[in-house]
Amino acid sequence: MLEHLFFGKLTLSAIPFQSGIIMGAGAFMVLVILATVVVITLYGKWAYIWREWLVSVDHKKIGLMYLILSFVMLLRGFSDAILMRSQQALAAGSSLGYLPPEHYDQIFSAHGVIMIFFVAMPMMFGLLNLVVPLQIGARDVAFPYLNSLSFWLTFSAAMLCMASLVIGDFAQTGWLAYPPLSEMYYSPTVGVDYFIWSLQISGVGTLLSGINFIVTIIKMRCKGMTLMKMPIFVWSVLCSMILIVLAFPVLTVTLALLFLDRIFGMHFFTDFAGGNVMMYINLIWAWGHPEVYILILPAFGVFSEVVATFSQKTLFGYATMVWAIIVIAFLSFIVWVHHFFTMGASANVNSFFGIATMIIAVPTGVKIFNWLFTMYLGRIILATPMLWVIAFFTTFAIGGMTGVMMAVPPVDFQVHNSLFLVAHFHNVIIGGVLFGYFAGIVYWFPKATGFKLDERWGKWAFIFWVLGFYVAFMPLYVMGLNGFMRRVNHYTNVMFQPYLIVAAIGASFILIGIFLLIGQLIVSIKNRQQLRDCTGDPWNARTLEWSVASPAPVYNFAHLPVVDERDAFWVHKEKTIGEGHVRPKNLHFQPIHMPKNTPAGFLIGILAGITGFALVWQMWIPGVIGFFGMIVTAIARTFDTDTNYYIDEKTVKETELAHLREMIECIGK
Amino acid sequence: MHREMTEEHQHYLESDESDVFGFWLYIMSDCILFSVLFATFIVLNMPGTGGPDLKNYIDLKYVLIETFFLLASNFVFGLAVLNLNQDKIAKVQTWLVISFLFGLCFVFLELREFINLASEGFRWDYSGKASSFFTLVGTHGLHVSCGLFWVLIMIIQLSFIRETHIVKRRMTYLGLFWNFLDIVWIFVFTVVYLVGAL
Repeated sequence: MLEHLFFGKLTLSAIPFQSGIIMGAGAFMVLVILATVVVITLYGKWAYIWREWLVSVDHKKIGLMYLILSFVMLLRGFSDAILMRSQQALAAGSSLGYLPPEHYDQIFSAHGVIMIFFVAMPMMFGLLNLVVPLQIGARDVAFPYLNSLSFWLTFSAAMLCMASLVIGDFAQTGWLAYPPLSEMYYSPTVGVDYFIWSLQISGVGTLLSGINFIVTIIKMRCKGMTLMKMPIFVWSVLCSMILIVLAFPVLTVTLALLFLDRIFGMHFFTDFAGGNVMMYINLIWAWGHPEVYILILPAFGVFSEVVATFSQKTLFGYATMVWAIIVIAFLSFIVWVHHFFTMGASANVNSFFGIATMIIAVPTGVKIFNWLFTMYLGRIILATPMLWVIAFFTTFAIGGMTGVMMAVPPVDFQVHNSLFLVAHFHNVIIGGVLFGYFAGIVYWFPKATGFKLDERWGKWAFIFWVLGFYVAFMPLYVMGLNGFMRRVNHYTNVMFQPYLIVAAIGASFILIGIFLLIGQLIVSIKNRQQLRDCTGDPWNARTLEWSVASPAPVYNFAHLPVVDERDAFWVHKEKTIGEGHVRPKNLHFQPIHMPKNTPAGFLIGILAGITGFALVWQMWIPGVIGFFGMIVTAIARTFDTDTNYYIDEKTVKETELAHLREMIECIGK
Repeated sequence: MHREMTEEHQHYLESDESDVFGFWLYIMSDCILFSVLFATFIVLNMPGTGGPDLKNYIDLKYVLIETFFLLASNFVFGLAVLNLNQDKIAKVQTWLVISFLFGLCFVFLELREFINLASEGFRWDYSGKASSFFTLVGTHGLHVSCGLFWVLIMIIQLSFIRETHIVKRRMTYLGLFWNFLDIVWIFVFTVVYLVGAL
């Protein structure tokens, strides 16, 4: 009895010893973790990691941690992609491939969940954390402790999802776990529970981050920065965060109802006793459609910053850009039915949602043309971030076109759930979101670390990614039009095999692209002295974040900036260069008030992960301990009212003078 | 750009206003959470769906008494805030205790109602109608229970925390939360009980 209360449904048989692939991947994971632990212990860095990273509330460090998490998860998500592509390339006709269906189904579900929740979302929050406070001239986000909590919740959720690889199984239902397949009757294993709890935990983290950034942007802009003087990136983030606050509660409720169905035998989404399956599909897409705009809007923001900087021109059509973002954000809430035109809603309903979907192409087109006009007559520098932007233009245009095609309900009836759809959303998510975030990472990397990324390696990685993308996904459009469905484990018609082999080759190009990205990182760290950004403004950029040292000091700004116009830093540079001196600095410093680090966010995040794991396996004792641990930690923290400290003026002065000295030396050379 | 700033540490001392704004945003997201539950309730209670009807089981008078307890709790909380503005901490705590007791009665009555419904044959796992009823009303009840717990913590913290602006800020949060739950309850009373009883 006690054993049951402690371990719940978890037994040794939950570990799939019979599957060589899973055990190999699991052993690899364990090895990586062990190696990390050994290295940290050998170098005696535990105290450093605890003090400087785990308990940190500094938005720049949290941003970097998000990016690291996202890259690690990208490797996992991409391994899934390689497995699927190779399985489909092999499993034609009489060959069954090497992945049994129950494993293959877990792989495509995990691939979707990981890529959206644990790659794209953390990458977005990484960029946001690195950039937004600096761009609006603030010293941190509005709620630094909450920010750290959000990160650790996301981290725990990702680890929970990773644990499902080795302990038990993951959902075999597709990334959105449609009922009735995801109900207890059809999915009796813990797979769907892993899905529910990793999404719930990361969803709460995302919601809290959303609130945090809205307050930061609305309340903490520096003096003179009115809404219409904010950088476009900040605008895009604001709209994206509003979408988060509006959409994520829907996800929370939907998953909670599915949980109640599964564990308490309720009838929300069952196909009998008054449940309504389509209720789930509607609810999940009422969250899911805004979700894709949550991802793409910040990418649009990155493009706006990068295009203006590398064309060395003011962004064309600022006001239309802002309105386009707002309109897209609004429209994203009234198009969700286009994900299931085949539901059987009346022609009028489908027409409404079809037309609403097509209308989104209008503001998006406005944005594309604004970027093109920004480049027009600009002195374009083809650095890596700009290359990603140019690849985005063509790729995203194709993805957008196929999207509009599927917005026509009769066409959608033909290609619904086919590879055409798969090609479409990879086209917009890789070609739009991922290329955008890559551009942003290369662009802001020096601000976060103090040195630029190697351009040569970056350009090779770019070539392989773009080439690989086209080779991997263009065949899928053709196959989709020919009726090849998604999530297929085996097919009898060998006519399709050549296409799938080409797609697999494309995927291997992307794999080389990923290796090149890792190589780029290693080479850049090795050559960090040569790549050092000593001025704090390596790209001759336009916005406030480039006016401080790289990496930005803890307090960001020694003096909070005051701005009178858009691109204040650019205007300031123009003026001072005309006057013949570099940058006049106010050398009278004051102590700076900053938030203290706290372990509470880390502890609550980890305890949430433990609670989630316990809920998956119905381990009641660990679950209760984890849950109360979270509450006690949170409450204990509220008794601590001494949460801030002062950085004294001497430290500030020394930091600022050191930066100034380095800059002068640099320019002297 | 780098003009002299007179007020240097503006964000971490005078941040109460933006903190309350953040809490407002949280309330808005909670509002969406409830609206989804209401939508689910309405869809699953459409005419023609299976399972017994709620109206055979509910007792409106009983629910009305519940409602008065919740509203009274909120009213008393208002009295606590009035005293807080005059810095009479002991009185604030007294009113909070009374507010807590009223809230506790509400949760107790709701639980009793749930148990009665279940024993009379309206259980959450019988039909979609019952599931959506228990989930919607239960989520509200869960919120009230969390709020009660928070009131208890507040009563303790009032004696411990000397920084008045922190206490006032937290009381503002709690007040917003308590009011919000009242408003949600008004909708629950109307949509679930009044319409359901028709």
